Amino acid sequence: MPDELIVNGTPHPLPQDPRVTLLDFLRHDLGLTGTKKGCDHGQCGACTVIVNGLRINSCLTLAAMHEGHQVTTIEGLGIADEPSPLQRAFVEHDGFQCGYCTPGQICSATAMLDEIANGWPSDASETLDGPFEASGAEIRERMSGNLCRCGAYANIVAAIRHVAESEPAA
Amino acid sequence: MRPFQYQRAHSISDASAIAALPEAMLIAGGTNLLDMMKLQVATPSQLGDIGRIGLDGIQDTSDRGLRIGALATNTATAVHPRVRADYPVLARAILAGATQQLRNKATTGGNLCQRTRCYYFMNVDQPCNKRDPGSGCGAIGGVNKLHAVLGTSDQCIATYPGDMAVALTALGAKVVIAKSDGAERTVPVRDFHLLPGDTPWRDNVLDQGELIVAVTLPPPVAATQLYRKVRERSSYAFALVSIAAVIAIDDGKFARADLAFGGLAHKPWHDPRIGELLVGAAPSPALYDQAADLLLEGAEGHGDNDFKIPLARRTLHAVLAEAVEKAA
Ligand SMILES: Cc1cc2nc3c(=O)[nH]c(=O)nc-3n(C[C@H](O)[C@H](O)[C@H](O)COP(=O)(O)OP(=O)(O)OC[C@H]3O[C@@H](n4cnc5c(N)ncnc54)[C@H](O)[C@@H]3O)c2cc1C
Ligand code: SF4
Ligand code: FES
Ligand code: FES
Repeated sequence: MPDELIVNGTPHPLPQDPRVTLLDFLRHDLGLTGTKKGCDHGQCGACTVIVNGLRINSCLTLAAMHEGHQVTTIEGLGIADEPSPLQRAFVEHDGFQCGYCTPGQICSATAMLDEIANGWPSDASETLDGPFEASGAEIRERMSGNLCRCGAYANIVAAIRHVAESEPAA
Repeated sequence: MRPFQYQRAHSISDASAIAALPEAMLIAGGTNLLDMMKLQVATPSQLGDIGRIGLDGIQDTSDRGLRIGALATNTATAVHPRVRADYPVLARAILAGATQQLRNKATTGGNLCQRTRCYYFMNVDQPCNKRDPGSGCGAIGGVNKLHAVLGTSDQCIATYPGDMAVALTALGAKVVIAKSDGAERTVPVRDFHLLPGDTPWRDNVLDQGELIVAVTLPPPVAATQLYRKVRERSSYAFALVSIAAVIAIDDGKFARADLAFGGLAHKPWHDPRIGELLVGAAPSPALYDQAADLLLEGAEGHGDNDFKIPLARRTLHAVLAEAVEKAA
């Protein structure tokens, strides 16, 4: 698959200008404006997407660096009629106010629950050996890369805990 | 960002050839370099992507140590079963840094080579001897809360900001470097970063055309390992002071005391006199004070960062006390 990058299952040619970040490629070139630009410097997490199963900041990477990679954005997780469990939980728990950080929060949380299921430790973990639980302290540490200027944190944590508790670890 | 040519390297020799070109830079995870390129703090005209040169493995060495490839992500290293079991201070230091999103991209080599977070360095409108030699140092007499109290020069008082290298320093790790002629050289992590001196633009010993291929860890030792990071909020902030400690107690006395300090200097700080003082001595607050005296001999605050001197002393006390309790 030369010169292509797969976004939500669809291959797209890479941009001509190597300066295009993955974030700008998604928003400007592909019109996938669900992914947000907050700081553009890796500090806020609004641009979080999932690449080959791992969450990353799309603002601090070039589209060209991801030739052949599988990118999942908020649009790929679910749509209004068929929301993902986390998308539904964010609505049910009022996990946002303005909503600007929300796509990044949900992409981040989606990958984060997989990390817990994989037994990956965090800075909040008592020991380095799993299994780990999606406790309040663990969620807050693991989600620290996603800032919310509206301060919806309490409900974001509640939404994530709801999904973690209702879905058996994959 | 200024325009640049992007090229993917397919091998170490490819990468060395690109790195040897004037105005070329290598990109690994990109989490530090792209940040600097957006601010025009870095303006390479050529970018060599080393993400796919096959250096992302983590393998046992023949002496039961570990070899961590330069392109292994910080996440891959922190979750590796042998790192968790045998080098927990390394896993802890990595997990205490940045965020999961950043650690998923950040690499061993890029983390070692990450540049200072000095506000003047990151702002091209400000004087900075590191970025623009001879322009002066904005931080001396300016805003310098993050800055160094040990090993500074009148040219530069920046700190090396990373966490991982502090743990690697305590563990006695080595950096394996590919030279431009294809040969390799090995440098202890303790000697990899430089003090600013009269050449503040040089962060480390890498020459043009060289690249890091791996970090090697010595065989594991039976010891208690701790990483304590003091920062302005409990997650997702750079260290004000950090300490990596590898401590063993035998018969009520220190049998091993390998300590390294972050946030204090232009490099992860290691003072062999501290280990020499501690080993063979019985733990006591008076001993910890002597250790802190050695650490902070010659320490100098620059105003906003004066607090780091007492903070380093208290953190050292706390880490030694905790390690002794756990090791006993
Ligand atoms: C918001 C934010 C918070 C952060 N917080 C922390 C923190 O708390 N603790 C911490 O330790 N770090 C922190 N970081 C820094 C982060 O850890 C580094 O950006 C990352 O480790 C760099 O790795 P990279 O692979 O992305 O490097 P890149 O950005 O790709 O490269 C950085 C530099 O290293 C050079 N380089 C890369 N690989 C090699 C190689 N193999 N040989 C020679 N040169 C090489 C590049 O040429 C470049 O000059 C933070 C970063 C951000 C943006
Ligand atoms: S401390 Fe060093 S990096 Fe910061 S402004 Fe001074 S010379 Fe530049
Ligand atoms: S826009 Fe990428 S982290 Fe803020
Ligand atoms: S909901 Fe407004 S920034 Fe989070």
